[in-house]
Amino acid sequence: MNPADQRPAARGSIELAGVTKRFGETIAVRNIDLKIPGGCYCCLLGPSGCGKTTILRMIAGHESPTEGAVLIDGENVVGKLPVERGTAMMFQSYALFPHLSCTDNVAFNLKTRGVEKTERRARARDMLDRVRMKSFADRLPAQLSGGQQQRIALARSLITNPRVLLLDEPLSALDEFLRLQMRGELRNIQAEFGITFIHVTHTQMEAIALADMVVVMDQGQIEQAASARDVYDRPRTGYVAHFMGGQNVLAGTITSRQSGNFTIASGNKKIDITAPRSATASSPAVGDQFEVAVRRDRVRLTRAPSQAADAGVNAVTGRVSGIEYQGTWLKISIEDACGEGFVANVPDDQFFADPLKMGDPVIARWDADELHYLVARPGRAAANGSTVVAAAGS
Amino acid sequence: MQKLQTGKRPLSFYALSIFFGLFVLFLYGPMSAIYILSFQGPTGGLTFPMRGWSLHWFDALFSQQRTGDFAGAFTRSMILAVMVLLLTVAISVIAGLAFRRRFVGAAFVFYLAVASLIMPGLLVGLGVGLTFQTLGVQTKWFASALGAQLTWTLPFGMLIMFAVLSRFNRAYEEAARDLGATNWQIFLWVVLPILFPGMIAVALFGFTLSYDEFPRTLLTSGAANTLPMEIWGMTTNVTSPALYALGTVTTLVSFIAIALALGSIAIIQWRRSRPVANVSSAKEPE
Repeated sequence: MNPADQRPAARGSIELAGVTKRFGETIAVRNIDLKIPGGCYCCLLGPSGCGKTTILRMIAGHESPTEGAVLIDGENVVGKLPVERGTAMMFQSYALFPHLSCTDNVAFNLKTRGVEKTERRARARDMLDRVRMKSFADRLPAQLSGGQQQRIALARSLITNPRVLLLDEPLSALDEFLRLQMRGELRNIQAEFGITFIHVTHTQMEAIALADMVVVMDQGQIEQAASARDVYDRPRTGYVAHFMGGQNVLAGTITSRQSGNFTIASGNKKIDITAPRSATASSPAVGDQFEVAVRRDRVRLTRAPSQAADAGVNAVTGRVSGIEYQGTWLKISIEDACGEGFVANVPDDQFFADPLKMGDPVIARWDADELHYLVARPGRAAANGSTVVAAAGS
Repeated sequence: MQKLQTGKRPLSFYALSIFFGLFVLFLYGPMSAIYILSFQGPTGGLTFPMRGWSLHWFDALFSQQRTGDFAGAFTRSMILAVMVLLLTVAISVIAGLAFRRRFVGAAFVFYLAVASLIMPGLLVGLGVGLTFQTLGVQTKWFASALGAQLTWTLPFGMLIMFAVLSRFNRAYEEAARDLGATNWQIFLWVVLPILFPGMIAVALFGFTLSYDEFPRTLLTSGAANTLPMEIWGMTTNVTSPALYALGTVTTLVSFIAIALALGSIAIIQWRRSRPVANVSSAKEPE
């Protein structure tokens, strides 16, 4: 499944060591350490302005880090030209040269290396064949669809025989249908060429569908760098849980601890949850900020006698405030007495066996081992700590 | 919706149509009269009616003794216009690229260059002429007049290049650098070809502005006349339809220049977006 495991010695491993990038007063990237194994499909994921594109451009050699080193296969490449690094970049809008045919676009790198015309065109056509665009060899970029342009851009990058291919939001210019199709093709091409792909995106589902390794970023820092499954299922911080979606994040101050349970509170709202076993977390104490996540699809809903009913441990009571049909499941939003949101994803057969209506009082429960304890982030605790229950964005 | 489709037009449509008709009449009426009168018969005069039709006055135009040195002035104007064209294109492209870097004092330099658009042309010409006189250098159409005309064409050229470059995606240059091109290769193989249609527009402006430039050239062209000054002279000396023939010929030259420019832009656009069916089938047998 993971090419990085199959090819431990693959070329194109990348290491960022203490990399900081400033643009004047603003810090785009803040002291980042990151290792990406060779032959890996890595997605840099984050909202716009989080520094992901800056990292990509520093690896590509279109920006220089203010501090720190960028290593490719163990060699510091800071100050080197893109071609000397063995990287190739695919730009967001592809940046195909509008005055050159597909063949000449793809042959551009060979032209800069002084390869004679007939030979470079022949080699460009071979590369076009590999991306199944040979029949479009004589067309100009304006005559191609978005998906076709992307394949030409891929061919133009791959002909440089790079160790690392850098893709800046490669799917953002495509419509929804094509995006899903090209996403699959990118994965296949990566597997075929066996080189490192670093793909910048702000779409969570795109990242986890494609990547061996997902790097979630925010405000110039790495929040989590892990496998797609870990990032989604075991987010490290509340930010990652919020950003990836699919999780309910409960945050607050621990007000009491008794017989293996915490009470966490924020404002006039309290929830009792099973405390982590002492081995699993650095035993938080009363008064500490605490964050925990529960997957939306692991929450069970039962009808409650009233909205004020006592839920007990690992449960929330509230009213149904939203019902969205999603095909195989339903997204049920629950609003508790304090107006905080909580979401349960209920399988369709379960829901329709006893359909809930808007305003119905319900208890949302989860098993103790579905609790996922999050690492508090110093800078962010104050911002998120004010809410006990915060549903992750859809 | 149905009301819109009945074909009844509001009164304002007819009022505006009459206004537009008058505009066209005033624009092209006098010019058309000149073009028609240039084909007067040999015995015809400066006014209607036409006394037959002939090319007599075109012939008269090119025989120097009757109308002054038309051929010489025309040649000088053409050479000067081409020199102005080449310099305007070259300097505008270079300046446009320089201004993209937002160097210190860029705004000041920009206003300094563009200010000559609002300076009275006659005064610019006078100043250039005086400067040459003070320095003891003779004014010549290919030196002092060339400089005076550039003060007029360069601001236009630069403004066009700014507009063209504002739509130029820097990612093209980065992509080229990413693919191993040197700065010179990027300029030659990527930047210049993409800017080329814009350069044709600058060339057209440079040529036509120079070709009919009068106020800046009047006091800087030295002993030999350029075409507009020759025409000016003729309006006072020549009292025959040869004057009209001159108008027809110079207009024709302007139209040829415009047609060449627009035609080459159209060809480039067509080449970059030509219908695909015949292209791929012709060259790609598989």
